[in-house]
Amino acid sequence: MLKYIVKRVAFALLTLFLVATMTFFLMNMVPGGPFSAEKAVSQAAMDALNEKYGLDQPVSVQYKNYMLKAIQGDLGVSLRQRGRTVSSIIATKFPVSARIGGMAIVVALAIGIPLGCLAALNRGKALDNIIIVIATCGIAVPSFVICTILMYIFGYNLGWLPVVGLTSWKHYIMPVVALAFYPTAYIARLMRSSMLDVLGQDYMRTARAKGLSQSKSLFKHALRNAVLPVVTYVGPMVAYTMTGSFVVEKIFTIPGLGGEFVGSILNRDYTIIMGTTIFLAALVIFMNVVVDLVYKLVDPRIQLK
Amino acid sequence: MEKNPLSMQLKLKPEDFLPASNEEKESLVVMRESVSFWKDGLRRLVKNKVAMVSLFIILLVMVFSFIVPSFYPYTYDQQIRGSESLAPMQYSEQEQARIDAGESVFPHFLGTDKLGRDYAIRVMMGSRISLLVGLVASAIVLVIGSIYGSVSAFFGGWVDMVMMRITDIIYTVPDILIIILLAVAFEEPMKQLATLPGFEWIQKLGVNLISIFVVFALLYWVGMARIVRSQVLMLKESEYVTAARALGASNGRIIKKHLLTNCIGTLIVTTTLQIPSAIFTESFLSFLGIGVAVPMPSLGSLASDAINGFRTYPHLLLAPALLISLIILSFNLFGDGLRDAFDPKLKN
Repeated sequence: MLKYIVKRVAFALLTLFLVATMTFFLMNMVPGGPFSAEKAVSQAAMDALNEKYGLDQPVSVQYKNYMLKAIQGDLGVSLRQRGRTVSSIIATKFPVSARIGGMAIVVALAIGIPLGCLAALNRGKALDNIIIVIATCGIAVPSFVICTILMYIFGYNLGWLPVVGLTSWKHYIMPVVALAFYPTAYIARLMRSSMLDVLGQDYMRTARAKGLSQSKSLFKHALRNAVLPVVTYVGPMVAYTMTGSFVVEKIFTIPGLGGEFVGSILNRDYTIIMGTTIFLAALVIFMNVVVDLVYKLVDPRIQLK
Repeated sequence: MEKNPLSMQLKLKPEDFLPASNEEKESLVVMRESVSFWKDGLRRLVKNKVAMVSLFIILLVMVFSFIVPSFYPYTYDQQIRGSESLAPMQYSEQEQARIDAGESVFPHFLGTDKLGRDYAIRVMMGSRISLLVGLVASAIVLVIGSIYGSVSAFFGGWVDMVMMRITDIIYTVPDILIIILLAVAFEEPMKQLATLPGFEWIQKLGVNLISIFVVFALLYWVGMARIVRSQVLMLKESEYVTAARALGASNGRIIKKHLLTNCIGTLIVTTTLQIPSAIFTESFLSFLGIGVAVPMPSLGSLASDAINGFRTYPHLLLAPALLISLIILSFNLFGDGLRDAFDPKLKN
């Protein structure tokens, strides 16, 4: 177990390092700098800005400087939002996205898993077909369409829900629903197919034959085995959903990390690109480790190696 | 001599050596022709109603996006003065006057946008672009993914280890980041390349469109490579691979002729399911404003342009949005049908 943990951590750090390296050089390949988009900046002023932030040095030197600082936990200051450190930006924006994303994940799991089970148990019947159609439509509709339609119906036509901002619980409903839509449909499909797989297994027949009740055999045997593929999908999904969706945040004007991330790429705010990428990658890697541990918890036969 | 019923000795008569009669021959004819892999799968596919309806919709959309625009009376970038922002099937005053004068005017089935361009043809051209992105991107993904995956699995050992760690890293980097960075990074070199003789076609297709293809190619083969790898890992232990190697076949030939041809079912299914995800991502890119270049429309850019005026002109958003959903839905259902038909594990 100890050997496993050491190996996992070492590999996680290596991956993180390679991701950071790749992002750094890719980012610098892109034409245009953080200050070229600003209007009325004279050449002298731009040179001064570049010198101040060390952008006049060769890329390899910049890379070395950045990495040496990043290892010590210093992600630098934003180039476009004067005077704010990257860490403080992440610290203020991440909780907003994480709250909405976390709720969306809970909603997706709470609806998706039962729907998938229900469809599998009623295979071939009307209920199954209805659930499949809904789930397939769910993964076919782009999120900006869902957002706009929700906004049109509940925000403008019916006027039930506020459209902009995040001040009361009512504000959370639409973004959470929009964000949960795709994962719910995906989980329902995944759950259905893995449940069908499990229901056909011999041990299910054995469980019924030895006199276990339908519900007990379902919860003790079927669900536990069928949920593994969902765990695999949900792990990285948690990381991506918690760090915010650009589309949802833009349409509902939510000050979250997703909007910040895409905005920083379009603005060439180098330090924020690096900071948010490292943050997101670390979260994804961490969630993958969590997935492996959950595997072990759900199915004790699995050996971690 | 009396025949002993317990004797094991064969008592052959001369009649036994006569040529077989026609009746006897017939009894040896195989009752049913053997069903090949393709026929078997195709038969199951045709039986699947949902898949056939999806295929029909896909073909219909293709006809509308590739054939109909060539003889449609309007073009996608033609701005008709005085016909701005018409509702579906509405005529502008000038057009109404021409109709009253006895001329026939082709109706605007979906109205026009705020620049006076016929919206029906724009939606058709948009679905052409979206389909092109989906099909071409998936084809590139298929080529890169299957080669990478099969090489990694076939050689195994440290080659496999290094190659798979590379895919892990690409998997970990947020894909939006790579897409946006690459799309922006490719813009300048592509523009320069387009001015060189022999590369004028780049300008014609649009720099952004080519960038999107390249980005997809560089990014989405990872999933395909993993699937192919797991298949080849299983197949490479088969006897026919050993036999082929014993006969002196080169590694390249074994991969090409034996391994990849044997996972063709998986390849087809995965490619079909790749198409909707490429269309999905393209619509997201257009929403960000880094998709195809104006005035060329894609379904994603049409929808995102219409979002601001959604309350006044809901049909401008609904038409492309519904069409994107319909295309993605049909490809998904068709892909599911293909998988049910061609996956040997799902027989019965």
